[in-house]
Amino acid sequence: MWQIYALAFLMIAGSLVAVHTKYLLSAVISLAVVGLGLCVVFLYLQAPDCAITQIVVEVIALIILIRATGVERDLLEIKGRREVFALVTVILFIIVFAVFAFSALTHLPEFGYPVMRVAEEYVVKGLRETGAANLVTAVLLDFRAYDTLGEATVLFTAILGSIIVLREIGRKKK
Amino acid sequence: MSPFRETKAGMTNIVKTIAKFVVPPVIIFGIYMILHGHLTPGGGFPGGVIVACTFILLVLAFGKEVAFQKLKISTASVIESAGALVFLSVALIGMAVGGWFFFNFLPVGFPLKIISAGSIPFSNIGIGLKVMGGVFAVFLTLIMFRLTTKR
Repeated sequence: MWQIYALAFLMIAGSLVAVHTKYLLSAVISLAVVGLGLCVVFLYLQAPDCAITQIVVEVIALIILIRATGVERDLLEIKGRREVFALVTVILFIIVFAVFAFSALTHLPEFGYPVMRVAEEYVVKGLRETGAANLVTAVLLDFRAYDTLGEATVLFTAILGSIIVLREIGRKKK
Repeated sequence: MSPFRETKAGMTNIVKTIAKFVVPPVIIFGIYMILHGHLTPGGGFPGGVIVACTFILLVLAFGKEVAFQKLKISTASVIESAGALVFLSVALIGMAVGGWFFFNFLPVGFPLKIISAGSIPFSNIGIGLKVMGGVFAVFLTLIMFRLTTKR
């Protein structure tokens, strides 16, 4: 348990540095500390699928943000040999991924065999426990309401970001 | 006097007249969809988007300057924040009463009645307000961005 608290402390420190630092690149990198810490927290909480999603989103966001900060000095040095290296790396990772994927595929249940094993619970208990005739709403707002809260938070943050970025007050006059 | 009357801005008279007839029933349909989210297909998200689309229709039909007198971006963001607070307070009241997040703290009631399903209608209303304000606020910010950069 203490690992999670240590990681949470690290994430709070990273976000504070991201807010208060003067340089954009440092802010982006300390933001990446927050995301990767969250990924490891997910692993400690035994949610590996969340951790995978988190690391994919984090890496893509990091790449986009680093490009957005305007750091370009590394791009000039890419020559032919680097591209060969990248190709070899890609092929190696494809092979590794394929091997692990095939060994995972053998453990999957048969196609269409357990029909609605998880959803059966919702279908049986939905009306009795929530009283909502619309089962989709019962799942969204009662059984999985925490997910819906997360989605609402994502929407709220996205709208907040768009309003802040596109706002009229505070933009420099040309 | 309403600003949606006798103006030259915006689209033609045909569009304005049709918009006047179409907007009230569509808003009522959206509110119906939000309030009946626990009974019929739909719910907070689609109902909120429908209501926001009617506001967008008003802005498109009557022009930006006229519509901005009644539909302001500050109102939209206040509505959105209020929706988020309603949704969050449903969760927190559930935690205070029942012990965990999103506990259904109201009686379940009889199915297929409008007052049933405990706290689910309140969550739906919160989400509906949130989506309504949010979608409209994004639309307004994008329009204002174009307005200010074109000059």
